[in-house]
Amino acid sequence: MHIDKDLVAASATPLVLGILADGESYGYAILKRVNELSGGRMEWTDGMLYPLLHRLERLEYVKATWGTSDVGRRRKHYAITASGREALAERRQQWAVVSDALKQVWQDVQPGPAVAEGWA
Amino acid sequence: MSDQNANDGGQPRFGRPRSEPTEPAEPAEHVVLEEQIDLWRGYVQRRRAISAADVDEMEDHLRGQVSDLTASGLEDEEAFLVAVKRMGNLDEVSREFAREHSDRLWKQLVLVPEEPGDGGRWRELAVVLALAVGAGIVLKVLLAATVGNELVLVRNGVFAVLPFLAGYFVWKRHVPWRVSALLVAITTAFALVVNLYPFEPGEFDGAGMTEFLAITHTPVVLWLLLGVVYAGGAWRSGARRMDFVRFTGELIIYLALIALGGMLLIGLTFGTLSLVGVDFGPVFADWLLPFCLPGALLVGAWLVEAKKNVVENIAPVLTRVFTPLTIVMLVAIFVVLLVNGPLTDVDRDLLILMDAILVLVLFLLLYSISARDPLAPPGIFDWMQLALVGAALAVDAVALTAMLTRIAEFGFTANKVAALGLNLVLLVHLAWAAWLATGFVRGRRSFGAIEHWQTQYLPVYAIWASIVVITFGPIFAFA
Repeated sequence: MHIDKDLVAASATPLVLGILADGESYGYAILKRVNELSGGRMEWTDGMLYPLLHRLERLEYVKATWGTSDVGRRRKHYAITASGREALAERRQQWAVVSDALKQVWQDVQPGPAVAEGWA
Repeated sequence: MSDQNANDGGQPRFGRPRSEPTEPAEPAEHVVLEEQIDLWRGYVQRRRAISAADVDEMEDHLRGQVSDLTASGLEDEEAFLVAVKRMGNLDEVSREFAREHSDRLWKQLVLVPEEPGDGGRWRELAVVLALAVGAGIVLKVLLAATVGNELVLVRNGVFAVLPFLAGYFVWKRHVPWRVSALLVAITTAFALVVNLYPFEPGEFDGAGMTEFLAITHTPVVLWLLLGVVYAGGAWRSGARRMDFVRFTGELIIYLALIALGGMLLIGLTFGTLSLVGVDFGPVFADWLLPFCLPGALLVGAWLVEAKKNVVENIAPVLTRVFTPLTIVMLVAIFVVLLVNGPLTDVDRDLLILMDAILVLVLFLLLYSISARDPLAPPGIFDWMQLALVGAALAVDAVALTAMLTRIAEFGFTANKVAALGLNLVLLVHLAWAAWLATGFVRGRRSFGAIEHWQTQYLPVYAIWASIVVITFGPIFAFA
């Protein structure tokens, strides 16, 4: 499924912070997790993840450390910080408001013929 | 890498029955993959907004992707291509990195590293400051020893300071001792000439013509001798000479900036101290000047050396700005000279001003050449340069005609001959450069010929200045 890039951009920060709230991780693993969570339906441009992680690092929502992968490569790990958790909670509230509003909109929309027929 | 190989080797390959043996194929495939990743790294690393650490991070990602894809049945090459595609368009990724790290688009000059371990930079700074203090001390002693005799100070100031700058480059370039010894001997000879010649005093006990000429031309000789040291002794090399030209241009600019900053600082100090009744003048004249002037020269040189390859040269940029403006100025002067002729009232000042104009044109030419890609084809700016030199030659021809008439009428003096000589030296330089430039823009000559002519001609200025210093006194009876 193609998801509008504005929606991808808007959801990227809470998704990354949420995944890191579950535990420390690194870029590729984060991307795989997004893929799992969306059932394969959200396909990010992989390279765009890293400027985002750096921005979160600059905002001090995450802390980065260089380590080594199990095959000996240089690997940069990210962990969420206390202010990152606060930011995540704030995003969650924001999305809850948007989600509630959208839910009402979806309910108010005139049901299409197929749906009406299904109900009948 | 070996772990990765073992890991990949352990994975069963799905969807592709193989009749050939497994063992010999594996290393070749991974070699190709490594080459592909190296090429990809180089490609990404060229983007200024993406740092080396970022490339490491993304390479880890890429390899992880490749590993998973090969585990699911793809060949190395296919997996690599899919993984690169998933990384996204490099222009867009780079733009996103630039948005987050905009500071990387500005080049930063790191003078002294913050990490311990690189002692070389600190040692160089220590050498520079020690030499600056040494030059300051010598100048201070000279100042104290010549109270009431300012001409001695003026004649010898350059001998007090330039040897320390030369010392910096002798140390930095490991100049052979034979070259150093020869340069010391030549410098000493000039010092003896300037101080032992029985120059006649001029008006108001100032310098006479020949003494003034000796004072003004000695620094030219010494500076070009410094070029030998700067080149590490390889003074015959055209490339080393052009490096010295670049160094000189940047040094002038850095000194101008340091001077502006210094004036601001001293002005604020004077103003503040005068409010509480303290006169800063004596401290300024007796201590600050003797130490700050050579200090600025040494530090400026150090900055220019440190900035090479890190910060773009400024001089060639300024030539781009001032070449068109100077062309306009020259055309205007040419028209005015013709309209207001004959030049019956012109005197020596006109010729000196003409020399200054030709020197300006020479600098504009030299510094744009110093930054030009020799393999690039002729462009609009090359034509503009040709127009610049042509206009300068036209103006000089008009002025020279008038000047020669006056010299024939009123006779030779030391100043007239010196100004005329410099004019002819510059004229030859620029005329031949114009000839070569014409050949270049018409596609008949290489740019290398123009560049070679510039560096080849530099010693002529040292020779001419030496002639003025050494022979004008005796020829004109030291008047």
